[in-house]
Amino acid sequence: MNEPLVEVRDLKVHFPITRGVLLDRVVGHVRAVDGVDLRIARGETYGLVGESGCGKSTLGRAILQLTPPTGGEVVFDGVTLNRLPAAKLRTMRRRFQMIFQDPMSSLDPRQNVESILVEGLQAHDIGADRTERRRIVGEALDAVGLPRWALSRYPHEFSGGQRQRIGIARALVLGPELIVADEPVSALDVSIQAQVINLLDELQIERGLTYLVIAHDLAVVRHISDTIGVMYLGALVEEAPGDQLYREPLHPYTRALLSAVPVPDPEVEDRRERILLAGDLPSPANPPAGCRFHTRCPWAQPTRCADERPVLREVGPSRVACHWAEQIAAGSLRPHRTSPEAVAPAGAGSAPATVSAPHEPLP
Amino acid sequence: MALLDVDELAVTFARRGQRTVHAVDGVSFSVDAGEVTGLVGESGCGKSVTSLAIMGLLPAGKGVRVQGKAAFDGTDLLQLDPRAMRDVRGRDVAMIFQDPLSSLNPVVPIGVQVTEVLVRHRGMRGEAARLEAEHLLDRVGIPDPTRRLKEYPHQLSGGMRQRALIAMAVACQPRLLIADEPTTALDVTIQAQILELLKDLVRESGTALVMITHDLGVVAGMCDTINVLYGGRVVETARRRPLFAAPRHPYTVGLLGSIPRLDAGHGQRLRPIPGSVRDLLPWPDGCAFAPRCARQVDACLGTAPQLLREPDGHAFRCVNPPETDHTGEAAGE
Repeated sequence: MNEPLVEVRDLKVHFPITRGVLLDRVVGHVRAVDGVDLRIARGETYGLVGESGCGKSTLGRAILQLTPPTGGEVVFDGVTLNRLPAAKLRTMRRRFQMIFQDPMSSLDPRQNVESILVEGLQAHDIGADRTERRRIVGEALDAVGLPRWALSRYPHEFSGGQRQRIGIARALVLGPELIVADEPVSALDVSIQAQVINLLDELQIERGLTYLVIAHDLAVVRHISDTIGVMYLGALVEEAPGDQLYREPLHPYTRALLSAVPVPDPEVEDRRERILLAGDLPSPANPPAGCRFHTRCPWAQPTRCADERPVLREVGPSRVACHWAEQIAAGSLRPHRTSPEAVAPAGAGSAPATVSAPHEPLP
Repeated sequence: MALLDVDELAVTFARRGQRTVHAVDGVSFSVDAGEVTGLVGESGCGKSVTSLAIMGLLPAGKGVRVQGKAAFDGTDLLQLDPRAMRDVRGRDVAMIFQDPLSSLNPVVPIGVQVTEVLVRHRGMRGEAARLEAEHLLDRVGIPDPTRRLKEYPHQLSGGMRQRALIAMAVACQPRLLIADEPTTALDVTIQAQILELLKDLVRESGTALVMITHDLGVVAGMCDTINVLYGGRVVETARRRPLFAAPRHPYTVGLLGSIPRLDAGHGQRLRPIPGSVRDLLPWPDGCAFAPRCARQVDACLGTAPQLLREPDGHAFRCVNPPETDHTGEAAGE
C-alpha cells in the first residue's frame, strides 16, 4: 500500500433532532457517521458502499469539510483539516474536489460552461489572465472529451452524460489530488455510465488522482475500486481489497449485500443462493445496541451480538466488525431465519421533529 | 394463444409549435399466461409509455394519439370505452409503479386505499373488506398488518410502501400484472425482497407478469422472455438464456458490454456505446440505433429494418447482426 493521502480517525457526524416552536430543544441525535477509521492510499481508489441512510454521503462530505464533523479527525497529506482556520482550509480546497450525483442540480442553469469552469480558477487565483484561464479550461474540456464550443453553452443544452463530464471538468481545472465522487454515475443510463466510468479510469492513470467513490451500486464500485469499505448505519462493517471482498466476504451484511445484487447472466442467477435480509434499516437516530446489524443478521448469536459493539479488527487481508467472522467463514455457525421488525422511517413520529444540519459552511 | 398480444402499438405526443414526438413507434410483443415477460431499455426507449398505453392511462385528447392493438384475452383494450376499461383495470390487469410514495395517496390511510380495490371490484364491505385487506398485507410480508392498515404512507418505509402497492395490485387476483421499474427506487437488499415476493406471487397464482426495467440483472433472474426496446421499437426478442448467451442485436451486445459485472475481475475494461439517445432525437428514419452502432452499413439508413425471426423464436431487427460466436465473448463467460 502506498503512503496514505487521507487518514480518517474516529470520525463522527451527529445531527441534532430538535423539537419545539420557539425554543428548539435538542431531543436526540441522528448518528449519521459514528466512529469511522479509514485510510486512502495516494493514487488509489477507495470505494464506499452501503444502502441509503448508512451515512456514506455524509462521510464523504465530512472528509471534505463540507459538513463539519462532530468528532474525530481528517488528516489530508499530514494536515489535520478539521482544526485548520477557515482561510487556510479554503486555500487547501483546490487539492480536494467533489463530483456530485445529479449533474443537473449541481450545475447553475444560468451560468454557461466557461463561467462554471472559470469560477474555481478565480476563487483560487489560478492563471494570470483571461487567456491563460481559457487555456486551462480548454485543457480540462479536452481531458473529459467535450468539444471547445461547449464553453459558450448552458447546462440544459447537454445530455446527462455530458453534464457529468462538465462536473468532472470543474473538479479537474483546479488540479486536485483527491476527488470525492458521490454516486457519479447513478443518474445516468447504463450505456452512458460505462463512458463516465472509463473516463474516470483514464484520468486516474494520466494524472495520478486519488478517488473516494461513494456508490450504492456494488458492481460499479467493484469495477473501479482498489479497496472497498462497506458501511452500515454510520460505521464501517468491513473493509478489504476489492477482489478479496468479493471472493470472501466476512461480514454477514456484506454477504447479504453481495448475494442481493442481480447479475446480468441467467446461469449465475439460477445458481445463486440469496441471503434475504428481513425488514428495513433501523433508524440512525435510535440505532440498535451492540452490533448494529444484529436485528437483521441471519447469523446473530444470543451472546455478545446484542450487547457488545464489535470493533473493526484485522482478519487476514480484511478488516471486519463482527464477533463471529471466523466461525461464519469456517461454516461452524449456520444462518437462521429472522423475522422482520417493524421500522418506522426517519421522521415518522407522532410529534413533529426536525433533523437539521447546522452551520453548513459554503464550499 | 397469448394472454396479451400487443401489435404495432404506436403513441405520439403532439404539441402546438413543436415537432410531434414518436414515443412508441410500432411495438409488438406478446405475454403468455403464467409467464414473466421483460421489457428492457434505457430512458426514452418507450417502455413506460407502452405500459401506460396498454392500461389506458394516457390522457385522451391533448395531442396524445395511440394506434395499434393490445388484445387482452381477445379484447382490444385500446378500443374499450373508459367505463369498461375501469372494470378491467385493477381486476383483470393491475399495475405497480416505480415510486411507491407518489403512487399512494398521502392523506388517506393504507387500509382505506387497499380496501378501495376490494369494494370496487369484489363488492366487499365493512369488516369483511378489512379482514381481507389484513390478509393481503400479511401475504406480501408486512409485519403487524392490523396496525399498518391505520397508518399513512409516510409512516411506512420505501420497501413497505412497495409491498402495500403490490397488495393492492394482487387484491383481485389479476391475470396480468404490469410492474414498471418496481424496485428502482429501492435499496439492493430491499430489491431482493421485493423481487422474491413477485416471483412467489407469480408462481402461486399463475398471474402473468410484465416486468419493465432498465436493469439487465433483474431480467436475467426473473423473466422467461425478454424484449429489448430502443427508439420506441422492440429491437430484439428472445428467451432468457439465448438472449444473454447469444444476443443478435448490436444494441443488446453493447448494453451487455457496458455493464460492470460484480463477478468480473477488477479493472476489466468496459466497452461503452458511444453517443447518447438525446443527441439523436428525433429518431432517424432508418434503424434508430444506427448512428451509435459500430456495425452500421448503408442498408441501416433510410428504412427501418424488418423483424427477422429465427426458427427458435429469437427475433431481432438488424440488417447486419453480429455472428453468434462473436457475441459469446460479449456475454462475458
